[in-house]
Amino acid sequence: MKFSKLLFALVVVGIISVVAMAANLVASDDISTFQGYKVGDKATDFSLKNIDGSMVSLADYPEAKGFIVIFTTNHCPYAVLYEDRIIALDQQFKKKGYPVIAINPNDTPAYPEDSYKNMKVRAKEKGFTFPYLFDKGQNVYPQYGATKTPHTYVLQKQGDDLLVKYIGAIDNNYKDAADATEFYVQDAVNALLSNKKIDVQETKAIGCSIKKA
Amino acid sequence: MGCVSNEQTDLKAQALLETAKDEIPIVNYEELAPLLKQQNDTTYVINFWATWCKPCVQELPYFETIGSRYPGKVKVILVSLDMPQLLEKQVIPFVKKNKIQSDVLLLDDPDANGWINKVSTRWSGSIPATLIYRGTDRTFYEQSFTYKELNEELTKFL
Repeated sequence: MKFSKLLFALVVVGIISVVAMAANLVASDDISTFQGYKVGDKATDFSLKNIDGSMVSLADYPEAKGFIVIFTTNHCPYAVLYEDRIIALDQQFKKKGYPVIAINPNDTPAYPEDSYKNMKVRAKEKGFTFPYLFDKGQNVYPQYGATKTPHTYVLQKQGDDLLVKYIGAIDNNYKDAADATEFYVQDAVNALLSNKKIDVQETKAIGCSIKKA
Repeated sequence: MGCVSNEQTDLKAQALLETAKDEIPIVNYEELAPLLKQQNDTTYVINFWATWCKPCVQELPYFETIGSRYPGKVKVILVSLDMPQLLEKQVIPFVKKNKIQSDVLLLDDPDANGWINKVSTRWSGSIPATLIYRGTDRTFYEQSFTYKELNEELTKFL
């Protein structure tokens, strides 16, 4: 008798939790629809035109330990707010083996400001110290899964592979670098340089959506 | 307790919307949050946009139209992600020039990693982005809409 009561109670609890789970499923919208790299994935190399006319691949950097790949644009106010910080990242980490590679994914007439010609203008104005590549044909950004600018991927070389180690924001304050308290990209690269675990491997930031031509 | 906090949440949200009739309140995420979880029969359409964001500006008229098309049933709230220092210079003139009827708020909360997932874990952070919800039924869209698409998605909630 006792056993059947217990069984009954268990069944009731079971039903309740199944119902609760179902309710949760209806109420939540957690299904991820992103495509592109996750942390731990192998990143593929590319060959894209730099503002100086040369073609640049990651394979051109045999000395590098990895890369800070940043999808960025001229027109996006968020990207513009980060320009000085991107230059600072390159200055800090290029000599340590993690150069910045910037890629403009907006190969589209919708944003004339992001044209190849205007990339050259902006890079000169700001004194970019890193390659600023044009994703002509827009084949690279979907592979990475970049959805917006700025959108950062920290890659680390392991043998012949390039592994994705961090995806997301540069820091936690787009408005003002001085008010940032978390320095995600710096922390990630520093952790890689000292063979430590990266505490925060993925973050999100507001950015301008990349426009598919 | 649950009821009390719900009521408080509702009161805060209503006060915010009241303010939004006359001006564009600048809010942080905590202040915006109650508007993303109202429990009543209204269908809320929350659109994240900015004056500099072309695809956002392009679709704003559709949000205006659906806001007036279903009076009493649908509430459109436009959450601007413009920089707060551009409120007077850019956002207010834009809203006036385009005679925007929907409520407009400006979200000033630079620690976006702290709140994007709270709006939706499906959101990578790009705008335009839109949340449509009624009670616990909610769908998030990280995309641009045509009027037809927006109306179709909205009618699923009505």
